[in-house]
Amino acid sequence: MQVSATLLLELGVILTVLTVLGTAARRFALSPIPLYLLAGLALGEGGIAPIPAAAQFVSTGASIGVVLLLLTLGLEFSIGEFASSLRRHLPSAWVDVLLNAVPGAIAGALLGLNGVGILALAGVTYISSSGVIARLLSDLRRLGNRETPAVLSILVLEDFAMAAYLPLLAVLAAGGTWIQALLGMAIAIAALSLAFFASYRWGHHVGRIVAHPDNEQMLLRILGLTLIVAALAELVHASAAVGAFLVGLTLTGESAHRARMVLSPLRDLFAAIFFLAIGVSVDPADLIPMLPAAAGLAVVTAGTKVLTGQFAARREGVARPGQLRAGTALIARGEFSLVIIGLVGTTLEAVEAIATPYVFILAMVGPVLARFTGTGGRPVPAR
Amino acid sequence: MDVKEVLLPGVGLRFEFENRDGDRIGVVARRTGEFEVVVYPSDDPDQAQQVFRLTDDEAEALAQILGAPRIAERFADLTREVPGLNAGQVTIRPGSPFVDRPLGDTRARTRTGASIVAIVRDEAVLASPGPGEMLRVNDVLVVIGTEDGISGVEEIVAQGNLAAPPAES
Repeated sequence: MQVSATLLLELGVILTVLTVLGTAARRFALSPIPLYLLAGLALGEGGIAPIPAAAQFVSTGASIGVVLLLLTLGLEFSIGEFASSLRRHLPSAWVDVLLNAVPGAIAGALLGLNGVGILALAGVTYISSSGVIARLLSDLRRLGNRETPAVLSILVLEDFAMAAYLPLLAVLAAGGTWIQALLGMAIAIAALSLAFFASYRWGHHVGRIVAHPDNEQMLLRILGLTLIVAALAELVHASAAVGAFLVGLTLTGESAHRARMVLSPLRDLFAAIFFLAIGVSVDPADLIPMLPAAAGLAVVTAGTKVLTGQFAARREGVARPGQLRAGTALIARGEFSLVIIGLVGTTLEAVEAIATPYVFILAMVGPVLARFTGTGGRPVPAR
Repeated sequence: MDVKEVLLPGVGLRFEFENRDGDRIGVVARRTGEFEVVVYPSDDPDQAQQVFRLTDDEAEALAQILGAPRIAERFADLTREVPGLNAGQVTIRPGSPFVDRPLGDTRARTRTGASIVAIVRDEAVLASPGPGEMLRVNDVLVVIGTEDGISGVEEIVAQGNLAAPPAES
């Protein structure tokens, strides 16, 4: 086997840079995602330090990153949580869609995007980052707060909405007709229901297939199963991400817990590569003309998310400061918006050009705003 | 006492109750096994004030401190509600053949139908001990079963076997 010293060196340097950036971000309780994007921009086409040898690995790693992100997201949720969120917070979820997808769609129309582009941009502005926000709430010690269940429920419902939305977008982005796209969506919803049912009835059997006392075995089994399902989903144009999400949902209880443990280091690595790859695929020169539009859209949709959070928290009987906390917590956009960009980026560069700086701004500003609002003058605990 | 349970999707559960002094106390049980104990100040009941965080092991230790003297009592309460079911305590005396042998060697459940649900050792309580748990002198086994079953366990622990054939349950 020929070892490519250049490849190893480039990868090593990339990972070192990412860890430095990640540490810096965590130090200020920020999400490292924007910094990973920046690093990607610097490394990509038109960037300052191109990575010829590692480019292939980065793009392969990115697809694995998406699969792992969605798999671990699916592992976090159970049917019971989805059902109870749906029961209690459905009105908030509708408000969420209306307030946050519409500005994206309008912006897309104003920018002269086609139908697919408008749909993609609506998705980008709609979906908050459950990864960033769940971590943020824990870091800010807000898990015990009264508004937190409403915030988390909105995130769950958004993530499930993505399971129907992504196949729709995937088919359209691949040049399919609306009929094909709706078919893809129907397949995904059917698969979702089936996964629910399977998890409910036979979750422990699925758990038994992948469970193994040995961590290595467990890792290989879950990864193998997930990649196969993801590939099948991609074959029927239902998006690999959705397939992985379904596998995650099907696993419950103890096996889900073990799976989270063995997968999380791998997820962290490949997710970082994925964020990097999004940055790499964008030419910084394309971004600059789009910056004002992205900033404007960020301001508007930060505001609409605040309204969404306030609405959801008010329904829970939370007072004004708590409503504001819920609203600002929801501002951060992140991994899912980037998954959408990754899906349409190759065909619709205009979406990529506006959505990348948009996510960059909100992934950066969202956590900061959340940190400094609604604490009622109490000091935020330092970490 | 009224304990409210709230689901935190993707995170875990939150329990909430009010103590006699009127403090609202919350416990966030995370799925990772960690706990957060919070209080809700009366001027802003929405915002939890963190009291402390506990890891898996620390929570276990705290639970034992709070629960050890009461666990046997609790089992007794439980069995009162099911007719025919009893709770008993069986002490491992110095001459017992099972000292320093695993619990599984007693085959108590197979032979008597009674279950050993906890071992009280000094101040600590080992809840639902596995068959591999080693028995020590002066351990107290908390046994749940029929009256015959419990006396069967007593005999096994004292003499190593049952005098009379066990009643099938």
